[in-house]
Amino acid sequence: MNEHASDNDVRYSRTIFIRRHSLVARLTHWLNALCLSFLLLSGLQIFNAHPELYWGHYGADGDPAILTIGSEGRAGGTLGFVRVAGVEFETTGVLGVSEIDGQATARAFPAWATIPSFQDLAAGRRWHFFFAWLFVLNGLLYFGFSVISGHLKRDLAPKVEELSPRHLWHEIIDHARLRFPEGEKAKRYNALQKLTYLAVIGVLLPLMVVTGLTMSPGIDAVFPWLVDVFGGRQSARTIHFITASLLVLFVIIHIAMVVLSGTWNNIRSMITGRYAVKETGSNS
Amino acid sequence: MSRFLTRRRFLIGSTLGASAFTLAGCDVLDQNPDVTKVIHSAEKLTMKAQRLLQGRDALAREFSEADISPSFRVNGTSAPDSEEYAELVEGKFASWQLKIDGLVDRPLQISLADIRKLSARTQITRHDCVEGWSAIGKWTGVPLGTLLKAVGLRPTARFAVFHCADELEKTLDGSGRYYESIDLIDAFHPQTILAYQLNGQDLGVGHGAPLRLRVERQLGYKQAKYIMRIEIVDDFTGLWGGNGGFWEDRGYEWYAGI
Repeated sequence: MNEHASDNDVRYSRTIFIRRHSLVARLTHWLNALCLSFLLLSGLQIFNAHPELYWGHYGADGDPAILTIGSEGRAGGTLGFVRVAGVEFETTGVLGVSEIDGQATARAFPAWATIPSFQDLAAGRRWHFFFAWLFVLNGLLYFGFSVISGHLKRDLAPKVEELSPRHLWHEIIDHARLRFPEGEKAKRYNALQKLTYLAVIGVLLPLMVVTGLTMSPGIDAVFPWLVDVFGGRQSARTIHFITASLLVLFVIIHIAMVVLSGTWNNIRSMITGRYAVKETGSNS
Repeated sequence: MSRFLTRRRFLIGSTLGASAFTLAGCDVLDQNPDVTKVIHSAEKLTMKAQRLLQGRDALAREFSEADISPSFRVNGTSAPDSEEYAELVEGKFASWQLKIDGLVDRPLQISLADIRKLSARTQITRHDCVEGWSAIGKWTGVPLGTLLKAVGLRPTARFAVFHCADELEKTLDGSGRYYESIDLIDAFHPQTILAYQLNGQDLGVGHGAPLRLRVERQLGYKQAKYIMRIEIVDDFTGLWGGNGGFWEDRGYEWYAGI
C-alpha cells in the first residue's frame, strides 16, 4: 500500500480537556467520601456493641435475630460465625473472632474495620454523630447546588430514550465487556451511571439518614410515624445496616469502574475538574 | 501485561498501606484532646436540634399491650451487692425512703407506700439501650414533676441528680457508684416518672427496685435504677467525674436523645 495513499483519509485522534465536575461537586464528593469512611468504621464499632439485628419494634438477647455475628468455644479453639436467617457460616479470623496483638479475640468486626480499633462504644458514637452532622450538611449543600445549578437535570436525569430496555441492555453489554464510551459520548454520564448515582444520592444516602434518625428516641418523639414507616426501631436498625452494606458494594464497583475506565483521568477530573476526552474523526 | 500487573499490585499495595496508616492514625486522632473537643461538639448541636424540634412536651411513642417484649432484658447492675440494700430487699423496702434535697424549699423524705398513694401514670414505652437493642415494657410510677412541685425548686435549680444504690464499678473512692442527671425540661416532662412497677408487677431487683427513673426521650443509661436520693443542683461539675452521670464520666454523651 502506498503510504501516501491514505493521507486524505487518515483517522486522527486528539485529546481535548473538558470541565467535567464543578467545584461544588468536587468538594462535596471528597467530603462525602471522608464522611462515609468515618461513618462506616465508627458504625461497625457501634454495631460491635450488640452484633445482632432484629425486625420489629423490639429486639434484645433472646429475641429471634435475623443476623448474628458471634463466637463460640469449640475443642479446637474459639470459632467465629455469622448466622443469617438461621444459616450459619464459619468466619473465624475476620468476623466473630479475630486477632488482636496476635491473640484470638471475640469481636464481631475486626479491629482494622472499626474506629477506634479497640472496643469503645462511647468513642465510636462520638465519631459517628460528628460525621453524621457533617454528612447531612454536606448533602444539603450538594442537593441545593444540584437543583439550583441544573446539575441534577442536565447531568443526572436520564433522557427518555436512555431508559429504553434496548438502550440499557446495550450499555450493560458494553460495561460487561469493559467497553467504555469514547469521544462525544464520554463527555456525559451514560444511562447506567445516571441511574446508579441517582439511586445512591436519591435513595441510599437519604435512607441512611432517615433510618439513623429513627433509631433516636428523641427524634421518635418528634416524628412518631417514622417508626411505623420502617416497621419499628429494630427494623430501622436492620435497614440501616443493609443500606450501609449496599453503599459499600457501590463504592467497590465505583472504584473498580474508576480504575477500569482510566484511573488518573477520572481522579484528576474529580480533583481539578479537567477530564481528557479523545476525539477521533476522519479527514475525509 | 506484566506492566499492568505491576501497576495493579502497586495500586492494591498502596491502598492497603494507606488504609492501615489511616486506621492507626484514627486511634491517634481519637486520643488527641483537641480533636476530641471538636468531635464532642456534635453533642450540643444534636441536643439543640432535638430540643428545638421537640418543644417541651413532645411525647415518646406509646405502645399497646400486644407490643410488650416477651422478656425485658436486665442490664447494668442486676443486684446491688451492699449489705444496706440486702436489708432493704429483706424488709420489702418498708424502711426505704426517697430523699429529695439540694436546691429545694422543703426537703422531703417519702416512703414507698406514700409514693404509691400519689396519682400514678402508666405508659407502655420502648427502652433503647445505647448498645442498640430495644425492649418494650409497661411502666407505672409517679410523675417526677409531682414530687418536684411538692418540694418547691429554688430559682437557681437546673438539674435533678439521681443517686443510686448500685456500684457498677468497684473502686476505692466510690466513683463507681451509679448516678445520673437530667435537666428540668426532662424532669417536668409528662412521661418522666419514677417507676415502681414493670408490666403490672412490683419492680424486681433486676430492674431497679424500689424505684427507677423513666426519661422516655433518652437512651437506657439515663434510666437510673435503685434510686435512693434526688438532689437538685445548679451544676454537676463537683460530682464524681463532673460529667453528670456514671457513663458520662466514662465518655458517653450527657444528652442521650440519639
